[in-house]
Amino acid sequence: MTVAIIDYGSGNLRSAAKAFERAAGETAHVPDVRVTNDADFVAKAERIVLPGVGAFADCKRGLAAVDGMIEALNEAVVDRGRPFLGICVGMQLMAARGLEFETVEGLGWIPGDVVEIKPDDPTLKIPHMGWNTIDEARPHPLLEGIDTGPQGLHAYFVHSYQLVASNPAHVIATTDYGGAVTAIVGRDNMVGTQFHPEKSQTLGLEFIANFLNWAP
Amino acid sequence: VTLKARIIPCLDVKDGRVVKGVNFVDLVDAGDPVEAAKAYDAAGADELCFLDITASHEGRDTIFDVVRRTAEACFMPVTVGGGVRTVEDIRKLLIAGADKVSINTAAVKNPDFVREAAEKFGSQCIVVSIDAKQVSKPGEPERFEIFTHGGRNATGIDAVEFAKKVVERGAGELLVTSMDRDGTKAGYNIALTRAIADAVHVPVIASGGVGNLDHMVEGVRDGHATAVLAASIFHFGTHTVREAKTHMAAAGIPMRLDG
Repeated sequence: MTVAIIDYGSGNLRSAAKAFERAAGETAHVPDVRVTNDADFVAKAERIVLPGVGAFADCKRGLAAVDGMIEALNEAVVDRGRPFLGICVGMQLMAARGLEFETVEGLGWIPGDVVEIKPDDPTLKIPHMGWNTIDEARPHPLLEGIDTGPQGLHAYFVHSYQLVASNPAHVIATTDYGGAVTAIVGRDNMVGTQFHPEKSQTLGLEFIANFLNWAP
Repeated sequence: VTLKARIIPCLDVKDGRVVKGVNFVDLVDAGDPVEAAKAYDAAGADELCFLDITASHEGRDTIFDVVRRTAEACFMPVTVGGGVRTVEDIRKLLIAGADKVSINTAAVKNPDFVREAAEKFGSQCIVVSIDAKQVSKPGEPERFEIFTHGGRNATGIDAVEFAKKVVERGAGELLVTSMDRDGTKAGYNIALTRAIADAVHVPVIASGGVGNLDHMVEGVRDGHATAVLAASIFHFGTHTVREAKTHMAAAGIPMRLDG
C-alpha cells in the first residue's frame, strides 16, 4: 500500500512516517510510506496524509508553492475518493477559510472557518497543549475499537486555533477545553484530526491502523 | 476541563551519551539516551526532554542521531534543548524528529531570535528555557533574575519581564528552572513558577529541585505550571513515572493514566 505523506516544508515528517510504518505492522498491509513533494506520486497514492505545523497562512502558501500539489490532492481525494488524513494544520487546511493573522482560503473541503480558541475559563493557557480525551459526536470507522469519552484514551494536542465546521454533520469528535473544541472532522473519504495521532501513543497508532484499513 | 498535567522526564546528554546515569533495571545500555527514552515511553511519560550539554562543536552532531533513533521508537512529543543558537540548529533538530526545541542563552542575548524562530517554525515548537534565581531578600518584594552558564552568570534581567517579552515574540511554552533549587531536592521555587505562570498566557513547565512526589503536586497546584520536569527522581529509580502520576491524581490533579 502506498502512503504519501506530503512534504511542503512543514514540520516533523520523520516521526509521522515512522508512526505509519509502525501502525501498518498491526494491519495486513505492507506499507510503502513515502515523505514526498512529488504531485504525481500523491495523485496515484492509495493513502494520502497532509501533516502541518505552524500558521495556517504559511502552511497554505507552502502547499501552494509545491508544483501541482493542490491539483493532485483534489484529483486524488475529491475526484477519485482516495482515503485522506489531515493532521493539525493539515486538518485545518481542509476548511474553507483560515482566519489566523489574515484571511486565507483553505482547500474548501469542509465548509467552515479556522478561528482562535476562546476557552470560557480565562485562566486556561493558549496553546491548548497536552493530552486530552475526545468525545465522539458520531460513530466513525477510524474510531472503531478506540476508547473515547472522559475515561477513554488520550490524544496529544498542540494548537491555538480550531476548525469550526458550518455543517455539524462534519464534526466526528470534539475535546473539552473550556468548551467543546473540534478534534476530528470528516466526510466521505476524508478525515482530519486536530490532535497528532503520530504523537498519541496507543490511541494514535490504533487510529492510524484504522486509517490504513479504512475502505470508504 | 480534561486537559491533563504533563510529566516530562529530562535526560542530560553529552556526546550522545546519558550523563548523571540512568538506573533502570533491564536496560541493555543505560548510557544510551534512546534506551532510556524507550523505557520512559513505556512507563507512561507524557513527553520527553533531551538537554544536550555537549561542549565541543564536533560532538554536536551526536544529538541528531539520538533524536532520529528516538523518533523511530517513541510516539510522544520530544523537546531538545542545549546549544540552540540559530534557525539552522532548529531546522536540523526538527528534521531529525524533534517536536519542540528549547532556546536558552540565545534568547537572553537576543530576544528577537525567538520571533525569528516562531515565525519560521511556529510558536508550537518554540520553548524558551528560563533559568532564574530569587534575588530578593526575605521580607522584600519578590524579585527573580535570569542567570546563564548553569547559574554562574547573573544578567540583571528580571525573569518575569523577560518571560512576558519572549511570549510576546512568539514563545509557545516556557521551561522555568529555579537555579537556586536545581539539584537540592528541596522542591521547585513555587514563587518563581507562579509569578511567571500568572504573567503569561502560554503553558509553563516547572523545573529544578524535585525531591519527592509532593513537589510535583505543588508545581501544578501552587506554581500554576501545566507540566513538571524532573530528572534524577526518575533516573535513579526513586520513583516511577506511573507512581508520580498516581500520586498527583490522588492529590486532585487531572492526569493521563492510560499511557
